[in-house]
Amino acid sequence: MSEKKPALWLRIYTILIYGYIYLPILLLIVFSFNTQKLNVRWEGFTLHWYERLFQDQDVLEATRNTLIIAFTSTIVATVIGTLAALALQRYRFPGYTMAESALYIPVIVPEVVMGISLLVFFAQIHFRLGLATITLAHIAFSIPFVTLVVRARLHGFDRAIEEAAMDLGANELITFWRVTLPTIMPGVLSGALLAFTLSLDDYVITYFTAGPGATTLPLRVFSMVRFAVTPEVNALSTLWVLTVFIILLIGQIARRKQTQR
Amino acid sequence: MPEVHNDLSAQKSSLVKTLRESPKAQGLALISPTIIYLFIFMILPMILVMVLSLLTRGPYGNVIYRINVDNYVRLMDPLYLRILWYSLSIAALTTTFTILIGYPLAYYIARAQARQRSLLLFLILVPFWTNFIIRIYAWIMILRTEGFLNNLLLNLGLIKVPLYILYTPTAVLIGMVYEFLPFMVLPLYTSLEKIEAAQLEAAADLGARPWRAFMRVTLPLSVPGMIAGSILVFIPAMGMFVVPDLMGGAKTILVGNLIRNQFLVARDWPFGAAASMLLLLLTLAVTLYYTRKAGFGEELLI
Repeated sequence: MSEKKPALWLRIYTILIYGYIYLPILLLIVFSFNTQKLNVRWEGFTLHWYERLFQDQDVLEATRNTLIIAFTSTIVATVIGTLAALALQRYRFPGYTMAESALYIPVIVPEVVMGISLLVFFAQIHFRLGLATITLAHIAFSIPFVTLVVRARLHGFDRAIEEAAMDLGANELITFWRVTLPTIMPGVLSGALLAFTLSLDDYVITYFTAGPGATTLPLRVFSMVRFAVTPEVNALSTLWVLTVFIILLIGQIARRKQTQR
Repeated sequence: MPEVHNDLSAQKSSLVKTLRESPKAQGLALISPTIIYLFIFMILPMILVMVLSLLTRGPYGNVIYRINVDNYVRLMDPLYLRILWYSLSIAALTTTFTILIGYPLAYYIARAQARQRSLLLFLILVPFWTNFIIRIYAWIMILRTEGFLNNLLLNLGLIKVPLYILYTPTAVLIGMVYEFLPFMVLPLYTSLEKIEAAQLEAAADLGARPWRAFMRVTLPLSVPGMIAGSILVFIPAMGMFVVPDLMGGAKTILVGNLIRNQFLVARDWPFGAAASMLLLLLTLAVTLYYTRKAGFGEELLI
């Protein structure tokens, strides 16, 4: 679109909307340092709630579980999803359109339906609910998103460099490892980043596949929020927002470097 | 047993040969892990739910294998139809408000200078990537009877008694709009950004005023983004049960809550399965209708 300067009312409006987006989060962060338990008026600065958080065994265990699930599901989903992206971008095969539309399932099926389907499925095959079932479920909803992201990156890939490598005597495997993979790596990494945050964030599907024993951070936060509004939740949220912000920032910088090259 | 060994290696080499020579086989080999995985953990479970919806609940919460459509008949009870209608209205209102709030924002971002643009998009993404229960919690802090909003309004003397917003349908709507706004802004931005300056200049050259140019050129060209955004907002809003749980109080029951309760509280799985199928059918119908109406592709892929 044109780069003409937008009207004044539009600029004010935009500032207001960004205020609307960020004010709740800023309040959350500020009040994680508040001495008052009720979370309404500012009384004084403290790190008490953070201390309590780090002593909360349930939170620590939930964090550990969340990270195990997120790392495992990200690695598996990224490998499988990248292969699918290569297949869809470079080959034509029987069932192509069907495979392509299968990738839209998580977009058009409400999460609650996916959650109860997995619950029914695991119950039917007598698979005990726990970390394993959560991880299997997270892999399932991550694969399509990895594939979509990697595929978008493969779009501009120049196959001539691969052909050049082959002409110079490299076989398919070496060409893939030394030429193809390094070139599509930024796409693969942003796919992995997406899968990781999706897993970190998921509440609904985790809720149905977790069973009574396993807790993840979103499940833990939910029960904390449900029962009492305490600044401990604020502290946890602040750390979470900060972590996500740093991960995103790294991703953004990496992408900028990639485009500058 | 040398013969067997030979046989095996011959088979292996023929497999390698097929893979090397046929691009079709290569493509199938690369796609098959995804297809197999999604079949087992997405499609098969949904087929199971479909079958389950045609069975009956036994006296102890077990399932009796007798095929019938009683669950679907039961869904036509006014009680459940009202829940369905209510969910549809909340989802439609959420979609409408995200368009109203998000459109000018997406428009501004699309017209900003390139460097500013990526910063603005980044700022939209940050809250979107933080956990959504945390975002709901932030709003609970604000809207509570003894929360920030009431405190502020009382101190300013604008109200005498605190407003009861939390645990009402209004709170659910506020939470949902905040939750889903980025889903609307991003696809809208994608389609607005694609509109060429030349098209707008042409409109201006032909004598169109800015408002008319907007109505006749920009708005129609951004319809695909609006539809993609609406699908991305409407579908999760339709199945949402977490926001009503935390912000709606006991009175606000949406289809998502109904399904969850049937599976985990009432333990009537077949009836819950039928409700899920109905929800799925509704969202599929909406998606198909709108994708047919205006062809779009990449807007959905953010």
